[in-house]
Amino acid sequence: MITIDHLSRSYGSFTAVDDVSFTAAPGRVTGFLGPNGAGKSTTMRILVGLTKPDAGSATVCGRDFADLPNPGRQVGVLLDASAQHAGRTGREVLTIAQRTLGLSADRVDAMLARVSLTEAESERRVRHYSLGMRQRLGIAVALIGDPEVLVLDEPANGLDPAGIRWMRDLLRDYADRGGTVLLSSHLLHEIEVVADDLVVIGNGRIVAQGTKAELLAGAGTLVRTPAPSDVQVLARALVDADLDFSHVDRGLRVEAEPEQVGALALAAGVPLVELRGADGAGLEEMFLELTADTQRETTLTTIATSTDGAAA
Amino acid sequence: MSTTQITPTGLTTPATPATAPARPAVGGTTYAPIPFSRLVSVELRKMFDTRSGFWLVASIGILATVATGAVIVFGSDDALTYGTFAAALGIPMTVILPVIAMLSVTSEWSQRTGLATFTFVPRRGRVIAAKAVCALGIGVVAMLVAAAIGAAGNLLGSTIAGVDTVWDLSVLQFTMITLATVLNMFIGFMLGLLVRNSAAAIVAYFVYQFVLSGLTVLLASTQQWFADLQPWVDFNFSQGQLFDVVPSAEQWAQLGVSGLFWLALPLAIGLRLVLRTEVK
Repeated sequence: MITIDHLSRSYGSFTAVDDVSFTAAPGRVTGFLGPNGAGKSTTMRILVGLTKPDAGSATVCGRDFADLPNPGRQVGVLLDASAQHAGRTGREVLTIAQRTLGLSADRVDAMLARVSLTEAESERRVRHYSLGMRQRLGIAVALIGDPEVLVLDEPANGLDPAGIRWMRDLLRDYADRGGTVLLSSHLLHEIEVVADDLVVIGNGRIVAQGTKAELLAGAGTLVRTPAPSDVQVLARALVDADLDFSHVDRGLRVEAEPEQVGALALAAGVPLVELRGADGAGLEEMFLELTADTQRETTLTTIATSTDGAAA
Repeated sequence: MSTTQITPTGLTTPATPATAPARPAVGGTTYAPIPFSRLVSVELRKMFDTRSGFWLVASIGILATVATGAVIVFGSDDALTYGTFAAALGIPMTVILPVIAMLSVTSEWSQRTGLATFTFVPRRGRVIAAKAVCALGIGVVAMLVAAAIGAAGNLLGSTIAGVDTVWDLSVLQFTMITLATVLNMFIGFMLGLLVRNSAAAIVAYFVYQFVLSGLTVLLASTQQWFADLQPWVDFNFSQGQLFDVVPSAEQWAQLGVSGLFWLALPLAIGLRLVLRTEVK
């Protein structure tokens, strides 16, 4: 169980985390979603005591992280897979964790097997590891204490598709066994497939949170037709039926169930090439909308403008 | 892919599959705090477990042997006393040991291992204390090793030269040299805490040890008022006295006063910074 309560943290005039509150419950994967620089990592660092908050509190297993007697036994943490001494072998990194936490030596081999790092790979120095291997090593370090809570910052970075699938199964299995998982990502589709609950953050503030099902509900129906003229016909039928809709690429997103839209299209004699619940698209649209003013794109434009100004 | 299943501890929920081993309820498991002795052993291991760390520590023995060999080869016969060997051994110790102490702190930031270290042990003061104990231990052991190598060199050198073996260093004097070396080491440790960057801390140490000491010597030779004041304000000077003499009461006081400004105070500031600063 993770409880974040009215957490704030500023750096000078920049507010990195602004009154953030949410919980991550046992048995569920909580996806922490937001664009780069939205405050995800700062929130997670505050949670594990690496950064001090200006206001608010963060507890894990009902206590301040720093008050846990042996935190690694209760909370597995991976904040940055690259933050390892480049000169240590993977095995040595795990051995340090195993010794610090006071675990039996066989946990090292068990964890190497758990994350599919081979004997030979474990003897190599971390400087020679790919980012994907570092992520696996980081997951192994997080899991070594057999914790009940996992806190992972962008763990899928650098993993290949098979690795991402492996990670997803691992987290699903972990949560199904009653573990609490807090997982951050800036990629919606990555988190959408595994998360039960979503917390969306932009510009340091929570912009949406709830179960994935709740956030998907009301996403409506996506309908596409072969020709633009057909879209016009269908749009008129929707107006007549008093349904709200918006235009998307070669089609419409309708605030109604697919059955209803299908029946309307049939009645209007409009041929369709696609008719489905708009879950993925809806959430993506929401994500883009909710974080629109905080998107890196806008920032880049601002920077480009000011650079132009400076150059001129 | 491994088929091992992860089994988070401390959980019983209705959703837990029957195949999972029985686990105590949340909050039912109490974990013992990490004992300080374990932190010391882990921090000690971290000083040796990289190539650079290993060779840095090994270089103590290597340089001690080289220095001893140099005295045997280049020293005049009447200079072949234990005191000469001890003086020759002191130079590598002044350079290597503080760097070892310093890197044990700065690598947590420069190599970013602090992210893991201070997550496993959020009470950062305990980690720093463990590192200090390791530094102290390594300092004392290194001095004993150097003393043994020096003794072997003294025996060998006097035998080769056919002169009497001279043991002109008392245990008390050796203790004073060890104290001076350890104090030097903690200057390095202090700079590590203060700067938290390997390269900058090493530069700062060499400025302190070689540039600053040169300047104060120059200043003392031209300004009488500074020469009078120097033992009280120049830690390098008052600590350096330990290499030559067993301090008088006044010299102990000078060591204490100058040490307050050059070691204790910056150490306290560095410690405060380390405890409060953000680990990224």
